[in-house]
Amino acid sequence: MVLLTLLAAVAIAIVRQRSLFGVVLLSGIYSFLIASVMIVLDAIDVALTEASVGAGVSVVILLATLHLIKTTEAAHTRASWLPIFVSLGVGGALVWGTLTLPPFGTPDAPIHRHVAPYYIENALRETNVPNIVSAVLADYRGYDTLGETVVIFTAGIGVMMLLRGGKRRRSEDDKAEDAS
Amino acid sequence: MMFAAAAMAILVALSMVVIRAIKGPTVFDRVLAGNSVGMLAILLLAVIGFLTGRPQFLDVALTYGLLNLIATLAVLKFFRHGDLAYDAEEDSKP
Repeated sequence: MVLLTLLAAVAIAIVRQRSLFGVVLLSGIYSFLIASVMIVLDAIDVALTEASVGAGVSVVILLATLHLIKTTEAAHTRASWLPIFVSLGVGGALVWGTLTLPPFGTPDAPIHRHVAPYYIENALRETNVPNIVSAVLADYRGYDTLGETVVIFTAGIGVMMLLRGGKRRRSEDDKAEDAS
Repeated sequence: MMFAAAAMAILVALSMVVIRAIKGPTVFDRVLAGNSVGMLAILLLAVIGFLTGRPQFLDVALTYGLLNLIATLAVLKFFRHGDLAYDAEEDSKP
């Protein structure tokens, strides 16, 4: 609960923050907080991913982007009330939808009776992978995982090309200035 | 009991650090707060690991420690030189 309150406070601070550098730092803090929430919820692998991607890599990438682009401060726009009503409405609808869900950890919730027993009984025999989670991710949902990997790989290549391309162009500019 | 008290203390410290990060007038306040949040997350992870009787969470905590160092170094380097790939030798060349 304390963590969630802090999370909301940091999120509001990110929105109200005017300096992009501060936003990057606060988003790093936000990542670590949400990773802590994941730990409390016992999702240790998600927490590890969130901490490494959110707090580690994305801070570095955002800083590199800040270096590459020029920052100008936009004029303060008048806040309109429609977006906050829309987001509050959608959030309220989602919360209303969770009210009828079975309690957390119920063994005979629908999600535990659909394909999970099949995986638990047959995963070792069909795939020869001792870890059921790995078997589901890499075998039963192999195409899904392949697609995710392709997306992440493409995004990584794009970011690397952007960063390197900017650097090369600048050094050519420097050479041109030296020659003139 | 002791671990629960430690977890509460860490949460209190975390809230104080976040307050500093939000209010912090200078960038350095925020950098230090970011680093401290990472450190407190590591501590919280370790304490919760022992609280729920699974000390193998410590491995994950070690990974957090490494990441925290990288992020803070990147932020400070950017602030000092305005460039992540800054090389001191390039500057000294004529």
